[in-house]
Amino acid sequence: MALNIDQDHARFRDIVKGRIRQNLRKYISHGELLGRQGKDTVSIPVPQIDIPQFRFGDKQSGGVGQGKGDQGDPLDGGQEGDANGKGKAGQQEGQHALEVEVTLDDLALILGEELQLPRIEPKGQSKIASDKDKYTGIRRTGPESLRHFKRTFREALKRQIASGTYSASKPIIVPVREDKRFKSWNTAVQPVANAVIVYMMDVSGSMGDEQKEIVRIESFWLDTWLRSQYKGIESVYIIHDAAAREVDRETFFHTRESGGTMISSAYKLCADIIQKRYPADEWNVYPFHFSDGDNWSVDDTLQCINILRDRVLPSSNMFCYGQVESPYGSGQFVKDLREHLGKDERVVTSEIRDKDAIVDSIKAFLGKGR
Amino acid sequence: MSDYGMRHELPAYLREWQEKIENRARKYGLDFFPQVFEILSFDEMNEVAAYGGFPTRYPHWRWGMEYERLKKTGEYGLSRIYEMVINNNPSVAYLLEGNSLVDQKLVMAHVCGHNDFFKNNFTFKITDQDRRAPESAEDMVVSRKDRVPTRKWIDTFANHAARVRRHMERHGVSPVEEFIDVCLALDNLIDPPGRMLEGRPKVEEPEEPDAIEVPKLKAKSYMDSFINPQEYVDAQRKKLEEEAAKARRFPESPQRDVLKFLIAHAPLERWERDVLEVIREEAYYFWPQAQTKIMNEGWASYWHSRIMTEFALDGNELIDYADRNASVLSSGGGKSINPYKLGVELYRSIEERWDKGQFGKEWEDCDSMEERRHWDRRLGLGRKKVFEVRALHNDVTFIDEFLTPEFCIEHKMFTYAWSNRNDRFEIDTREFRAIKDKLLFKLTNFGQPFIYIEDGNYENRGELFLRHDHQGVDLDLEKARETLRCLFRVWKRPAALATTVDGRATTLRYDGKEHTTRPSPK
Repeated sequence: MALNIDQDHARFRDIVKGRIRQNLRKYISHGELLGRQGKDTVSIPVPQIDIPQFRFGDKQSGGVGQGKGDQGDPLDGGQEGDANGKGKAGQQEGQHALEVEVTLDDLALILGEELQLPRIEPKGQSKIASDKDKYTGIRRTGPESLRHFKRTFREALKRQIASGTYSASKPIIVPVREDKRFKSWNTAVQPVANAVIVYMMDVSGSMGDEQKEIVRIESFWLDTWLRSQYKGIESVYIIHDAAAREVDRETFFHTRESGGTMISSAYKLCADIIQKRYPADEWNVYPFHFSDGDNWSVDDTLQCINILRDRVLPSSNMFCYGQVESPYGSGQFVKDLREHLGKDERVVTSEIRDKDAIVDSIKAFLGKGR
Repeated sequence: MSDYGMRHELPAYLREWQEKIENRARKYGLDFFPQVFEILSFDEMNEVAAYGGFPTRYPHWRWGMEYERLKKTGEYGLSRIYEMVINNNPSVAYLLEGNSLVDQKLVMAHVCGHNDFFKNNFTFKITDQDRRAPESAEDMVVSRKDRVPTRKWIDTFANHAARVRRHMERHGVSPVEEFIDVCLALDNLIDPPGRMLEGRPKVEEPEEPDAIEVPKLKAKSYMDSFINPQEYVDAQRKKLEEEAAKARRFPESPQRDVLKFLIAHAPLERWERDVLEVIREEAYYFWPQAQTKIMNEGWASYWHSRIMTEFALDGNELIDYADRNASVLSSGGGKSINPYKLGVELYRSIEERWDKGQFGKEWEDCDSMEERRHWDRRLGLGRKKVFEVRALHNDVTFIDEFLTPEFCIEHKMFTYAWSNRNDRFEIDTREFRAIKDKLLFKLTNFGQPFIYIEDGNYENRGELFLRHDHQGVDLDLEKARETLRCLFRVWKRPAALATTVDGRATTLRYDGKEHTTRPSPK
């Protein structure tokens, strides 16, 4: 049943979305939304949505309570105001921060509007097809609920005119069984754009918890956006130090290894996985790589560039490299990439100095609409 | 049956109970308007609750926020609304669909108490829509038994909604809604005692000021018209008169009804003025309920206990009833006083004291604890007294008059305060005087600061100047600044508020661009 309040509720949701938009940068850089994620929704604390009034400051006033205790004993627990379940709806709003649930789709929409991200155009023709039924056809048999009224009467009219039982002065048309026409479906083949995101992360000794936090936050937002753009999306997680391996999401964000860095190992694994599981003519492929840019050797860097140029880039929509600044400073890798592949528009690089830079990095990665 | 009842009528068995409970309540002496109960589903109940009890309110996002909160806490089982009742004639109350019979009976009994209170307590006379200016002090307080006041507030609120909707259609939803936000920031700046006296002829007319004399140069009478030429004298007089007009205050005396002042004098569009009027009307409607929270809930709880335990309760419902009653009246502990509990216990204490004759000079003068404990004059005046109290008091006078040291000890009451040293709230004292003072302070003006409009033409610059009558507690400065911004939006000229911050006289001012905080000029 539609209620009056639905309208007010919708207004409220709009205001909340507006608030989220205003504070989006803060939400992004603080990573507040991670861990508040449900299946399709995120619960977001929205600050200050109350109406100001001249009122007393809280701390000076104190009040009267009831219960045991001696002078000087601390109070805890009880909230000021009605603590019980019964009561009239007061005029006073609660004072706690409001938590609002927003769907991930809405969140992606807000992100897109705020960062002015273009919609992604799926590349090429997709070979993946799905069958979809549409009611476009007509049959002579079928259930009454699908009877095509106009067609049925047209058939009856045709028959009556043909058989001479129709009189224009008394146009009564009575369909008989043979006149009846029913709606029916045709199966249409629809191409579906599929996408896969390949997350690669350097977990060598120089990547600290803070760097990983940045990667985590950034990949949450990348994920949210790309998921809103493609229906069926898959994720692959690769971690590497001197060697690379594919892991699940949990491990990806929480592993800390030590040891050297051989970026080429990750690229090789990535190229293999793409080749084997996600052929480029069926999939939109998005490899993202996060590292502190400290590669083992110049040779390895050259090898990386070769793999990228020859194997990864041809099958990807774009390749994004985010260089996170670590306590040991920022590495050389981003410069090497720019030098060798900077002209290729499929390659996007970004340096993420701290959490505040995440927003710009997201914009750099997704701003091309590829 | 009224028109309101047509939406969701009660099933027959509940109607039977309604009749039985109402008859019983009347026998006890309760006196209420005709009552209409409606039965609502969970969602409808939340809607109505979000609207403050009314089926229709003007459109505003705030109701949506409240609705979301109620729905969520309800779905998670954190809270449940059992009853809602509107001060209206006929009275309208809601029952939640699917509640057990014992719950419904409890609510009906509780509602009878509320409605008796709405009809008879003097603070609610402000909601009589056919109210006339009182002729005597007694007139303001005592309800005449035979008079049936008009309180068609459900209709009025629906009309308000229609008015606001019309403005929204005309001027767009957002501008109107934003303006409502602004108005709501000011809706506690009203003057209920003043409203009761509205329409009364002014008692004393200010005396006509003396005619203005222009000082003249001394001259012989035949030279006078040359030394003090008439044109010059006239010009001087005009100037002096103008100055006197400027000196005249505007408003003449500080006004507490800021909304009224703004409606009359702020440079508003017609629709803005209309919206402000709607907000002001509704603020006055809700005011008595805020003034009598403890008394009202206490009274209703007092009566639901009596009606349920003495009459309506079936043997096998006893445990459920006790459980419900306990959750309603639980004192919670810690930082809160449950108004239901405090109210009902005070009524019971009054009843006992007046039954036993524990009042008057003799009682007050008695110092012997032993004698006081066994004091019983068998007067049996309790019932009469509680009915009198429910008519003639509001929360402030109720506590002031009837809170006793014995009561505070019995109910383990204490005051608490913020401890800067330990960065937490701590129990301050259990001393009677302090508890009473604190309670009264919290209740005075419903815990709202006293704010007056002092000058609508401050320093002759057309600025709005307000004064906060500081009584020991500072304002929340952040909120105060935001509110000044709202005042600016209405007044369209800078707005300032004189208050006291940390013991220093301070003036907050907003000039449309920035906030300033300065020590007040002496």
